[in-house]
Amino acid sequence: MAVAPQVKSSRPLVWTGVAAAAIAAAILLVLVFGLQRDPRAIPSPLVGRQAPGFILPLFDGGTLDTRALHGKIVVVNFWASWCFPACYEEAPHLQRIWERYRGRGVTVVGVNIQDQDKPAREFLDRFRQTFPNGMDPSGKISIDYGVYGVPETFVVDRAGRIVAKHTGAVTKDQLASKIEALLRGGAGAP
Amino acid sequence: MIATLGSIFLTLALVCAVGGLVVLLAGRRSRHDPVRAARGRLAAAGVFGCVTLAVVMMEAALIGFDFSIRYVALNVNRATPLVFRVAGLWGALEGSILLWAWVLTGLTLLVAVEYRGKHSELIPHVLTVLLGIAVFFVGVMVGPANPFARLPVPAVDGRGLNPLLQNHLLMAIHPPFLYLGYVGFSIPYAFAMGTLLSGRHRDEWMTITRRWTLVAWTSLTAGLLLGARWSYDVLGWGGYWAWDPVENAALMPWLVATAFIHSSMVQERRRLLRIWNLSLVIVAFLLTIFGTFLTRSGILASVHSFTQSWIGPLFVTFLGLATAASLLALLARLPQIRDEGTFDSPFSREAMMLLNNAVLLTMAFTVFFGTIFPLIVEAVTGAKVTVGPPFFNRVLVPLGVALLIVMGTGTALRWGRSGAEEIRKLGWLGGMTLLMMAALGFAGVRGAGLVALGAVLFMALAQLGEYVRGAGARRIATGEPWPTAVRMLFALNRQRYYGYLIHLGLAIVITGIVGSQSGRIEVQRQLSVGRTMQVGGYTLRLEGLEALPGPDKMVVAAPVAVFAGDGTASAGSPDSTGAIELLRPSENFYRQARAPVATPAVRSTWREDLYVVLMAFDPGAQSAVLRAVITPLVSWIWVGGTVMVIAGVLAAWPSRPR
Amino acid sequence: MAPVRPNDNGRASGFGPRASRRLCVILVITVLLLAAGPATAKDLDARAAAIAARLRCPVCQNESVADSPAELAAQMRMLIREKLAAGETDKQIVDYFVSKYGEWILLEPPRRGLLWIVWLAPAVALLAGGYIARSYLRRAVRSSNKLEQ
Repeated sequence: MAVAPQVKSSRPLVWTGVAAAAIAAAILLVLVFGLQRDPRAIPSPLVGRQAPGFILPLFDGGTLDTRALHGKIVVVNFWASWCFPACYEEAPHLQRIWERYRGRGVTVVGVNIQDQDKPAREFLDRFRQTFPNGMDPSGKISIDYGVYGVPETFVVDRAGRIVAKHTGAVTKDQLASKIEALLRGGAGAP
Repeated sequence: MIATLGSIFLTLALVCAVGGLVVLLAGRRSRHDPVRAARGRLAAAGVFGCVTLAVVMMEAALIGFDFSIRYVALNVNRATPLVFRVAGLWGALEGSILLWAWVLTGLTLLVAVEYRGKHSELIPHVLTVLLGIAVFFVGVMVGPANPFARLPVPAVDGRGLNPLLQNHLLMAIHPPFLYLGYVGFSIPYAFAMGTLLSGRHRDEWMTITRRWTLVAWTSLTAGLLLGARWSYDVLGWGGYWAWDPVENAALMPWLVATAFIHSSMVQERRRLLRIWNLSLVIVAFLLTIFGTFLTRSGILASVHSFTQSWIGPLFVTFLGLATAASLLALLARLPQIRDEGTFDSPFSREAMMLLNNAVLLTMAFTVFFGTIFPLIVEAVTGAKVTVGPPFFNRVLVPLGVALLIVMGTGTALRWGRSGAEEIRKLGWLGGMTLLMMAALGFAGVRGAGLVALGAVLFMALAQLGEYVRGAGARRIATGEPWPTAVRMLFALNRQRYYGYLIHLGLAIVITGIVGSQSGRIEVQRQLSVGRTMQVGGYTLRLEGLEALPGPDKMVVAAPVAVFAGDGTASAGSPDSTGAIELLRPSENFYRQARAPVATPAVRSTWREDLYVVLMAFDPGAQSAVLRAVITPLVSWIWVGGTVMVIAGVLAAWPSRPR
Repeated sequence: MAPVRPNDNGRASGFGPRASRRLCVILVITVLLLAAGPATAKDLDARAAAIAARLRCPVCQNESVADSPAELAAQMRMLIREKLAAGETDKQIVDYFVSKYGEWILLEPPRRGLLWIVWLAPAVALLAGGYIARSYLRRAVRSSNKLEQ
């Protein structure tokens, strides 16, 4: 094999190299983009859509039917007693919002999920929560709202549409700004 | 004290590495410079010595509960057993980088000493590359990921290891194998880059690094196998592979390295594929860095990812630099690299290896693309999508079948040009495969499973055929009895015949995968003590609930008597006579975790695994929720994988000088 | 090591090439028939499990609803069974979950629009790889033939 045959010319290979560099650069850009976002934050497709209705048996014995809430601004909060610390942080805020806005056509509804009756009641006693609160033992309501984990909070306008979803502990200021905007917006039609 | 010393050693290691790099780069022009080589060696020894001392300091801190160090306080508590204090080194981010650096600098020193006085043009470049990588890893530790960072106030007690890791002994050995595999690919990469940098050598690097590549490949195989086993034993869903980004991260370099091992044989025999092989080694190395990046950056949500941190940008930068450097080196030398050899015929073993490369690379690409595709979609459209197991199974199963057929055909063909004999051989293999497939089909195997098993059979028969053929030829030539002839095959041509054994191991693994994917039975039920449940051919009876307090954890076990068949007769009796096994699935409550970690109990036979998980229990009502899964042929995966690893070790073992 | 010689004994078979070819054809047909064997009708449990395996468990990392021990996953499995029992089709149920959680919940990206790329890419890669291998082979074989002349 004294004569080395010219198996290939190197021209196309240079272009291959350039293409490889371009692909590598694109991949690196994607990775850089990936670093700037939170892999756990997933937008809900429900925002802007009609809020699913539900009938919730309450801890205090009554029943809440969302149809009765038509025309009101509703804050739906999904929580569990084992969800520490986020649910414990937001509990007083929710109660405060309820107290401040209950006379102005705003309701707060607590939906307890993936929980047991006794610790859930202890939680309510501990934070002296007085807004309607009930348990969703089969998880149907939470799945209907596309809930990932606790706590999650939805704000529903007077027309029954979900206008906002908050994941994690919510504060009274965050809720108040949403509610105020809806109250200012009039009858509920945007 | 320990923390200060540790930080000092790391800083010294960085100084040594940078110093060595400067010395090696400064003398670039003069070719034979023994002083420079000696200094490079000295730097390698210095870096390794300092990193070793840092590792010793870290282990001392972990074993001795030095809770003034943040890393120790986060990953060890006073109840942590010794084994897991030692293993705490690779239980979290900073420590695992320390381990990585330790393995890397150890291998660097090994290269420096082993090739002392040999390949004098190549080795300085190789050491340059290796020290360059070491500068990055040690630099990360001296900078943002200092494992010896101290707490403002020493903690009274630590938090403890992630309980998923502390719950299984495999955790103590799985990561070191994986790292040895990952880091091991730095050696062929450094030799390839050294070749490109020096611009003088052609195929030398490949012969030198052959054994390194095999060792790295075998370690990575062992790491993947142990990881799958860990997942099976700890995660409690009865599976062993979830196409998790981090599993994918380890699989990709494995696939590329497998392709390289085969195509490097073509280069060695035929002097072909030179550029291709250089590219493969570079890609394999970059994928190991990419894999580390995936694990460490938290860029993709995964069971394994440690934390989200600033380490991501650092790794992306390093990945970018390494990619740019490799590409530049490759492009710069491109005009000088020529394939001198030729192919005789497309009907040859080397042509099949080319095809096998095409399939393996497609598989690696699919895994890569599937893993980062959600990122691409999000970057372009903002939408979140998932690429999960169904996708990977659907795409990779056909590719795997194609690979098996190529493997079988390649083994049956000969180097150079195959002829009538090989055609006949293929005919026999195909015929026997079809016969066995028909038998399997009548035994009830259907659909994709039958096709996959057929491909496995074809491949396995081809390997067995090689042993029969080789030993038969020896018998004719030497008159040896069969066992001696087979033993001599292994002794005289280790890499070839242990290579076939690796193929056979893979056939066993794939049989296990096919089996476990086909006939899975799963039942979940709440049982009171003394009541039974049926699952497949077993009857399970809950015998009670036991709480066993231990030093580091509280174990709640639910002894379950297993009866064969519907077992109502024997299961009705109050004692467990007639039970074929007593399983003890448990939930382990660690101090450091709020949620318990379930520990499944498994009854494993060659035919199937009965896998029982304690999902929940109620001591008041004396009841438990049990989940029972029957998975066929799972144990074949562990057996086959072990065969692959042992055969890999033996293939890489130096043969006795003759 | 002595050069390996072909083992000619292997050729000694009882029947001629034509008979063996016929046997092969019969075998191929048998195997094909068996491989395409009748799919067993799925019962409710199997359908529910199949649907759950297509959905990603929202509270876990990279686990399907079928595999996850999480409570939410268990509730989803229950809901799937209820919906099946109520007569909903597989597609309706999957669409329901997508409408609540977005396409993120599908473990397998749907085959439409931009998402086709991830399905086509492996095929394109394999074809490209095969093409490159083939053209490389042809070039290398041709040059070797030239050399021999």
